[in-house]
Amino acid sequence: MATVADEMHEQHAAQAKQTGYHYPDANGHFGRYGGRFVPETLMHPLAELTEAYEHYLKDPAFLAELDNDLRDYVGRPSPLYHAERWSRELGGAQIFLKREDLNHTGAHKVNNTVGQALLAKRMGKTRIIAETGAGQHGVASATVAARMGLECVVYMGEVDVARQQANVYRMRLLGAEVVSVKSGSRTLKDALNEAMRDWVTNIDNTFYIIGTVAGPHPYPAMVRDFQAVIGRETRTQTLERAGRLPDVVMACVGGGSNAIGLFYPFIDDADVRMIGVEAGGEGLATGHHAAPLCAGTPGVLHGNRTYLMEDEDGQIVETHSISAGLDYPGVGPEHAWLKDTGRAEYVAVSDGEALAAFHGLTRTEGIIPALETSHALAYAAKLAPTMRRDQTIVINLSGRGDKDMDTVARLDGIVL
Amino acid sequence: MSRIAELFERLRDEGRTALIPFVTAGDPNPDVTVPLMHRMVAAGADLIELGVPFSDPIADGPVIQRATERALAAGVRLRDVLDMVRAFRAENSTTPVVLMGYLNPIEIMGAETFATEAAAAGVDGTLVVDVPPEEAADLAGLLRPQGLDLVYLLAPTSDAERIARIAGVASGFVYYVAVKGVTGAGNLDIDAVGGKLEEIRAQIPLPVGVGFGIKDGPSAARVAAVADAVIVGSAIVQRMEALMEQPARIPDAVADFLRALRQAIDAVDAGKEGA
Repeated sequence: MATVADEMHEQHAAQAKQTGYHYPDANGHFGRYGGRFVPETLMHPLAELTEAYEHYLKDPAFLAELDNDLRDYVGRPSPLYHAERWSRELGGAQIFLKREDLNHTGAHKVNNTVGQALLAKRMGKTRIIAETGAGQHGVASATVAARMGLECVVYMGEVDVARQQANVYRMRLLGAEVVSVKSGSRTLKDALNEAMRDWVTNIDNTFYIIGTVAGPHPYPAMVRDFQAVIGRETRTQTLERAGRLPDVVMACVGGGSNAIGLFYPFIDDADVRMIGVEAGGEGLATGHHAAPLCAGTPGVLHGNRTYLMEDEDGQIVETHSISAGLDYPGVGPEHAWLKDTGRAEYVAVSDGEALAAFHGLTRTEGIIPALETSHALAYAAKLAPTMRRDQTIVINLSGRGDKDMDTVARLDGIVL
Repeated sequence: MSRIAELFERLRDEGRTALIPFVTAGDPNPDVTVPLMHRMVAAGADLIELGVPFSDPIADGPVIQRATERALAAGVRLRDVLDMVRAFRAENSTTPVVLMGYLNPIEIMGAETFATEAAAAGVDGTLVVDVPPEEAADLAGLLRPQGLDLVYLLAPTSDAERIARIAGVASGFVYYVAVKGVTGAGNLDIDAVGGKLEEIRAQIPLPVGVGFGIKDGPSAARVAAVADAVIVGSAIVQRMEALMEQPARIPDAVADFLRALRQAIDAVDAGKEGA
């Protein structure tokens, strides 16, 4: 049956193709996706957070402080690097890498944690909590908490704690308490569940820094806005360098924060193709993957409606990816919307293809990428040869690969 | 009139407070649930809340999370829960049953199919924990025509504006979450609860149940003094968990516990009459 929501969804989709992009709406909906599906206790705190975020995003003093921190603490702007040798080897489009791996803490995650921590401080919160999968967002949260003197608790699935020991130690060095989550599948989704439970219990003094563009409104919009610095810089850098916009912008998609950060400032540039690359794991046909946009169905999880990996009874299923940071059964609602409207394309590459690209970039450019990022690189390696030499692809090099040394070595049969 | 409305009307006439137990359907195995529901009614339950297992129960504390995991491991899904209610209704046509759970299983079954099948099975209402009134329009539009009540949560963080919003959509009764926290949390502050209930009653004419943090007779009695219904979940589920290896003993243990709660509540109700 076509519900009212279905009809509105179609209308919005048609409209978004014709006019400028302005999502989400006042209630946090991207078409039929997004929203605020949380227990009543969180509704008022979310309204307060939305109010604070909308206020400070227009506050010159807040924005000046954010700019300063992004420059002096994070190290922005990050370079746009022409990977000439790799482009030549692939034999097609020119590939540029947006070097988010050169940020402080080694990934794009810190753009968002710096922003949210400033907001937490303005709101008078003394304690921050975060969820983490691979540990990158946990480290980025622990880092800003240390700098601002805030108490910090990071929730991490027991399985991830075991496979990301170095990041667990980094967080503890930074003064954070790392809580090993033993419920459910004991991975990122369960860490998020546990962080939500903590927030419900401690809302008076606690700010929840969600690490991706998922969760209830305003998180998908707020995290996007803090990450959009990636795309804004890229736009300026490509215009300065080549006098025109790139033909393709591309990024890996787990929750989707690095992708939306790159895409968002290009959304109204209809000639720029936007491609998100999901974790195809052992192959979409095997069911062992983490590609909800390519092989999932819409549903409601973690406060928003989006594409999910779920069974026919609506239970969330376990995902698989070589990369812990993409090992998540949902995806940001804005990506679901960009998929349905056709504005962005979403593809998946396998563990093996990602690993090959990891080695390829390392050997030709001397840059060791994160396994998450390697998924975007793997698709670029397929796409570039089909394009002309005067065309350009910008890939968000979202993180560095140091954290993945153990995983890659193990696959090569080496124990470090 | 719905079974829920009838129940509360009768209780009001009798000057009694409702006792509402919660159990997770299918915990620790599907055979336990229906006989347990009958035993709970015999021990003084006025309405039964049946938890629908979901893989990611963000509003639940560790006790109910574990119950959910046991039920899921036993293969219990939303359709099975509807079958349990149908089986219960074969012998009980008066005690209201409310399904408490999360949106996704309903959405994947199809809200329209769910509404029809739940009503046919004898379900009286739903409490979908992660659907606040702002997101409820579609679901409400499908459940109401089937005569299903939409029970909503209210929390210590619900201000006057939110209470008014919920007043506009809730039916049957409303469920006040007595503490900031997940199910099974401690530290019930009964004075704070009493104050909040006055605020709620000023705007919502429905009966108000209070849950979260009620562990025993004395805490049930304190809540009965101010609420229309006492809702107890984790304290029951915890007793069931202790008997996981001897599920045959579960109905007796739960019935004993409910009788103790019932006595404590009745004593308070009797005092109210005298006053």
